[in-house]
This record gives sequence, structure tokens and C-alpha cells, in this order.
Amino acid sequence: MTLQKTILNQSHRDLNARMVDFGNWDMPVNYGSQIEEHHAVRKDAGMFDVSHMQAVDLHGYKTRDFLRYLLANDVAKLKTEGKALYSCMLNQDGGVIDDLIVYFMQEDWFRLVVNAGTAEKDIAWLKQHAGSYDVEVRVRDDLAMIAVQGPNAVSKSLPVIGQFAGKAVADGAAELKPFNAVSNEDWFIGRTGYTGEDGFEILMPESEAVSIWQVLIKAGVKPCGLGARDTLRLEAGMNLYGSDMDEETSPLEAGLSWTVALEPEDRDFIGRSALESLKAEGNLRKFTGLILQGRGVLRDHQKIFDGDQQVGEITSGGFSPTLEKAIAFARLSAGSADKLLVDIRGKRLPVEVVKLPFARAGKACY
Amino acid sequence: MSNIPADLMFTSSHEWVKDEGDDTVTIGITDHAQELLGDLVFVELPDIGDVIETGGEAGVVESVKAASDIYSPVTGEVIEINEDLVDSPELVNEQPYDNGWIYKIKLSNSSEMDDLLDAEAYSELVESEDH
Repeated sequence: MTLQKTILNQSHRDLNARMVDFGNWDMPVNYGSQIEEHHAVRKDAGMFDVSHMQAVDLHGYKTRDFLRYLLANDVAKLKTEGKALYSCMLNQDGGVIDDLIVYFMQEDWFRLVVNAGTAEKDIAWLKQHAGSYDVEVRVRDDLAMIAVQGPNAVSKSLPVIGQFAGKAVADGAAELKPFNAVSNEDWFIGRTGYTGEDGFEILMPESEAVSIWQVLIKAGVKPCGLGARDTLRLEAGMNLYGSDMDEETSPLEAGLSWTVALEPEDRDFIGRSALESLKAEGNLRKFTGLILQGRGVLRDHQKIFDGDQQVGEITSGGFSPTLEKAIAFARLSAGSADKLLVDIRGKRLPVEVVKLPFARAGKACY
Repeated sequence: MSNIPADLMFTSSHEWVKDEGDDTVTIGITDHAQELLGDLVFVELPDIGDVIETGGEAGVVESVKAASDIYSPVTGEVIEINEDLVDSPELVNEQPYDNGWIYKIKLSNSSEMDDLLDAEAYSELVESEDH
């Protein structure tokens, strides 16, 4: 199978990126040093090509009702234009089809940004349920997306945004509160991200992406690969679909209860009754952070033990450049202890159970 | 293109071997291997006195991306390990053939050196993997 390419593929190659197959997309994992890229985002400004992610526009006067039925979080919370909400989209069993961000554009227009690897099944699911609400599903294959992240991301990118998208958009972007977006035609700037730092996610016409990428580099924004994106989101305590949750896992066991709106009680949404049963049964596994005591690296699927008894496994693990320690997310039996062991290649090493996130705004915070 | 010194011998699993001339050899991983792994954050070294067979696990290098076993290119007893790598695993990235060496072995059978790849053969291998 030929890999899919974003419009920035040649730009990555020109920067000597190490390219990998990332869910059938040919994407940069790093441009030399993943750790340097990670620190650039924690301390200054970095950017990621996230054009493989999929924007989907939903149109129709009943779009809000449709999304209140489709999503586990409640879009009734979105009262002002440009406001964003993070939500899971569940199946009838309460398993996660995908996690996404939904933006309130206008009363008859909402925008979703969904994961690359799940886009196809997401769109099929949307279309399957959209008909009864007269909602039109428009897949925005014509848009590219660049995430500019870091404490200096906003100040470094605003003049560039002004140059490309116009002064009005840049002025709007400068005023954005977190989890809000401003748009003009096919330019769309959200004060969102997947790193635990300030910054923008910028959607734009594909034809503009190569130029703005070059100008952002000149403005001092460092190109960063998906490797750094993963360690940044891990430190920030942000879930990765497919690793931390999937169609077999409910958000209640993936640290995402805060995204499930069970109030108001009369809102029916797909997966609701399954989640209510799970809650009533109790004994939900807990989703938590782990820090390895001593040297080594925590990895996905390593098993966690309390004495001789396995109590769970790591869902996402890696090395934290900010903490200079191995960190992980794990799903553990209800009531398991705070001092546990991880099996790394047959050796049992101590891990400490900690609250997520590990780091925010450049500093350890667990 | 990665650096492949002409005076070293190599394995198809990307270790290098330097003949120190007194039936001892120094072993590390190649420039190509460290490039593939990315930034190293942990090196698990063998213990001095371990006797490791050819192809046996001598340790592990872990990068931000992945863990990779180090397979011993030759049979022998470990006589020295690079303890600097405990605190500075990045030496393997920065100087894979110098300060990034991993361990030294006293050869059990010096004729095993003849089974290794020379720089030319290893270059061909790396090139074929890149395509």
C-alpha cells in the first residue's frame, strides 16, 4: 500500500526528517533530535505538521441536536461562536470510537477535528447517524493543519498569521482564550493543542501550507516531529487514541470521566446506558500516571504487579525529557496500591503511582 | 550517509568490533544504528565477568522511541564496560565509535573475527536497507 502524504511531505524531506509510517501516513518522527524538539516546545516555540488529522464540517439547523446525541460530552456547553469542546464519540457499548475536538462555528455549522487513523470509520459513523437529523457531513480534505506550540508560540506566530490570513484574523487570534477559535473563510486558528503548552492549531487552505511553514521557520519556530509530540502529550497527561482507549474501553476507565456529561439526565447519547451500567457495577479500573524509580524506560504493554499479582498494564509509556525519568499511563485494578512493580524484560522494578499530568507549562507538576 | 570507519568490523545487527590486538575487542553500535534509534536515554550494560556467546544478548540500548538488544558479535568474557554510559547514554549518539563504546571482551576464539563484515560489506548492507 502506498503511504498517504501531507502537502508538507517534501518540506519535511528537505529538512532531513526521519520519516515513518504513522497509521498509513508518511510522517516525520524527528528532524534530528527528538529531545531537542521536545525542549523547544517546553521552552520556546515548535511546530508540527498535523495535516493528517481530519477536519469534518457538519451543516444543518439540527446539528447541535445531532451532536448532543452523538457525543459523550454535551455541546450545549458551547454557547459562543468559536468555543471548543473535547469529547469522546462512543459506540452503543460505551467503547470509544474516537476522541475529538468539536468547535461551535455557527448555529447551523459545527466543525470536528478527528484522528487520522480513525477518520474513515468516524466519517462512516457520522454519516450513518446524520441522516435522521438532516445534517450534511463535509470532509475537509482541502485543508492543511499546523500546530504551533510553546510559551513563545503565540508571539512568534501572530505576525506570520497576520501576513497570511490577514490582520483581522491575527487580531482575533491574539485575543483568543484557551479552547476558542477564530476563523475567516478557510483560515481557522484555535488556541488549542496536544502538548500542555500555549499555542495555536492553524487550519488553512492546502495551497498556503508550504509557504507559511517556511515563514514560521524564519520566525524562529522549530519544526518538531511526531516523536516529540508523543512525549509532550504524555507529560501533559493527554490520552492517545488506540493506546489509552479504544472501542473496547470506556472513557470511565481511561481517565476521561470528566469529558462525559451525564447531566442533564434526560439527554440521551450513544453509549449512555452502557456507561450508566458500568458505573452502577462499580470496580472500575483506574487510569493513572506511573514514574519509574531508577533507570530504564517504561513502554506500552509492560505489565504492572503488586507483589506477585498482576494489577494492570501500561497503556502509553516513554521517557520524559522534562523530568528526565521514565513515565507512563497505566490502567490498574480498582483499589491497587501506590507502590507497584513493573516488569521490564523479566526484571521487576519499582514504580510510583502519581496523579496526571506530569508536566505543564514547562515544569514538573505531579 | 552514516559514518563507517574502514578499520572496524561489523555485524548485520549493526554492532561494530575493534580488534585491540591482544585477543581483546571493543564493541559498540554503529552510527547507522544510533541514527535509526534516535536519542538514547538508557543503556543496559553487561556485567564484568559475564561470558557471552556470539549472538547472545549483551545489553540493551533504549532511545526515546524504542528498545533494541545488543547482540554480541563474538564469544568471550566481558572484561570492561563503559560506565560513562550510565549517566550519559547520549555519548552513543554523539560518538558511537569513540566515547560511545559499550563493552570489551576477551575473545574465546579469535577466528570468529573472520566471520564479521568488513566496512565495505557493511556499507552495502546499510545501503540495501535504506532502499
